[in-house]
Amino acid sequence: MLEIKNLHAGIEDKKILKGFNLTVKAGEIHAIMGPNGSGKSTLSRVLAGHPAYQVTAGEVSYQGKDLLEMSAETRAQEGVFMAFQYPTEIPGVSNAYFLRAAVNAVRARRGEPEMDAVEFLDVLKRKMKLVEMDPAFASRPVNAGFSGGEKKRNEILQMAVLEPKLAILDETDSGLDIDALRVVAHGVNQLRSPERAMIVVTHYQRLLDYIVPDYVHVLLDGKIVKSGGKELALELEAKGYDWIRPVGSKV
Amino acid sequence: MSDAKELINREYKYGFVTDVESDAIPRGLNEETIRLISARKKEPAFMLEWRLSAYRTWLRMKEPAWQNVQYPPINYQDMIYYSAPKNKKDAPKSLEEVDKEILDTYAKLGIPLDEQKRLAGVAVDAVFDSVSVGTTFKDTLKKAGVIFCSFSEAVQEHPDLIQKYLGSVVPVSDNFFAALNAAVFSDGSFCYIPKGVRCPMELSTYFRINAADTGQFERTLLVADEDSTVSYLEGCTAPIRDKNQLHAAVVELVALKGAKIKYSTVQNWYAGDKQGKGGIYNFVTKRGKCAGAKSKISWTQVETGSAITWKYPSVILQGDDTIGEFYSVALTHNYQQADTGTKMIHIGKNTRSTIISKGISAGRGKNTYRGLVKVLKNAEKAQNYTQCDSLLIGDQCAANTFPTLEVENNTARVEHEASTSKISEDQLFYCASRGISGENAVSMIVNGFCKEVFNHLPMEFAVEASKLLSVSLEGSVG
Repeated sequence: MLEIKNLHAGIEDKKILKGFNLTVKAGEIHAIMGPNGSGKSTLSRVLAGHPAYQVTAGEVSYQGKDLLEMSAETRAQEGVFMAFQYPTEIPGVSNAYFLRAAVNAVRARRGEPEMDAVEFLDVLKRKMKLVEMDPAFASRPVNAGFSGGEKKRNEILQMAVLEPKLAILDETDSGLDIDALRVVAHGVNQLRSPERAMIVVTHYQRLLDYIVPDYVHVLLDGKIVKSGGKELALELEAKGYDWIRPVGSKV
Repeated sequence: MSDAKELINREYKYGFVTDVESDAIPRGLNEETIRLISARKKEPAFMLEWRLSAYRTWLRMKEPAWQNVQYPPINYQDMIYYSAPKNKKDAPKSLEEVDKEILDTYAKLGIPLDEQKRLAGVAVDAVFDSVSVGTTFKDTLKKAGVIFCSFSEAVQEHPDLIQKYLGSVVPVSDNFFAALNAAVFSDGSFCYIPKGVRCPMELSTYFRINAADTGQFERTLLVADEDSTVSYLEGCTAPIRDKNQLHAAVVELVALKGAKIKYSTVQNWYAGDKQGKGGIYNFVTKRGKCAGAKSKISWTQVETGSAITWKYPSVILQGDDTIGEFYSVALTHNYQQADTGTKMIHIGKNTRSTIISKGISAGRGKNTYRGLVKVLKNAEKAQNYTQCDSLLIGDQCAANTFPTLEVENNTARVEHEASTSKISEDQLFYCASRGISGENAVSMIVNGFCKEVFNHLPMEFAVEASKLLSVSLEGSVG
């Protein structure tokens, strides 16, 4: 589904990703772990098409198409979804309205008819139950005045509604207490499917107790330095990142 | 981009010119011009006198310069003050006699004057250049006792009402442009709702400037007698021309005891091109008087067109327990400028006013809210709530707020809230990452921003206004 080869990318003049490689197949969950500044968030944003980041070399193929050629909105319409580490507030626009616009943008891309408001509200209500969200949030402005946990839950709600093919969770666990983490993880697990791939980007092993990955990769200084199964996460938890660092590399 | 072509075509779809022969008077302004206009319209002597006194007042006045807009000096002698579509007969006696070209123009604008095709519930007075070309549903309204006709017709048929109310809210000496309008105004709409009558349908005037180099000066006079209710809509468009055109209208509303007037405007005059060339100077005086106790006047405006918009729809709260409201959305894009707001003058006891203003600036647009809330000495327990919000799109536009409070009674309660926000890159990326394009994201955010005002528009107008905002904002991102 996703093949990243020798990806080099950065922001302004700063090089952050330096030869990143990853292959993800449908149905798989890959965890990307790494310390602060290793390039985790850059990877998420580059895949989602953030305009501030430049790709200087490498290629990314998504379902056989060149992902880097697509605008951010086309990627989303093609089934790429990123759950933000810091979701943006949009005052004045209700959650329901925003999500329906998103769903209809995806449907338009697929040549499907628009979903009307009544039909959509049904879908939304069902999905809100899935992430244990109060239905009142449907009419509240997008993320405005939400607590940290509510914002993260709202991201998972969006994912549930949009049913992406490739979901990237960018530090979804940051700022969550254990109860909120459990709810969010439960929502994500409900969305596991043989057709859907997920990339879970995280600093801590904690999230992976709840969302169990098929593969764990360690990102250091812009590239993957070690890959393994879910046990690798536990090893990192016990030993920290330093033991993997190549001898002589900068900390 | 597959829809690029569509976007370009959508830019200003009202910019076409109708090819009709027009009967215009020579350029320039002097007493002769005014006598000519008055004679053309076969006006009674009191009208000519009124016009001449306005003209003499105007000569002594100076064009104001305090407003926060810039434009090159207007040459008042280089303008045509009267232009009417030429008609073979004297004047069209019914809609069937109106020139087909003109009927087609309104159909193209989405305002079919053919009553069969009209949406039920809205009567239209269509003003084309300087004259009213037709009013629909006259008979239905007549049965209810409602008078709704062109201003010219009202001068002929109801001179007593005109003489009583004309200039009673906006006197000729009020300001430079109001005086000019009083001297040369050519037509407009007149409306009278009798005592106790709830007007059976929405009334509307649709203004269209067609001829080149003409100024358009219409006047609307709306009188709601005791305990009557009326909702009035106003729409405006003009062809694309590269020279600026002046539109200096006056609207006067009179609400007697217990009457309620709701006046809504969707202004979409030609705004000029992307470089700021051409467009309408929309310098308008609008004022309502809550003359009797417990009356209410509510202004709602959506201003998206014009190169320059300069107007302050106001309410004089004279009667006790009267209510004044002002809901406004003003959008400036490219080089458009707007200096708009309201004045709420509290004279009576327990008078209440609400002001909600939403200014949106994009491109190099300049948007100013200017408002006055004045509570006079005897206005016991007057209340005002003002909220001014500005939304910026991009970093070359500007928004200003100049609220003024003058309170002479210490039982009054006035509240003011203001905010300025900007559509951020983060918001646009967030929307994009959910599949929503930049244009749609801006339109969604702007519509959300304006919701409080749109809620006060009649249903169809609200839909139209929301579409209009999206079209006016095209090209504001990316």
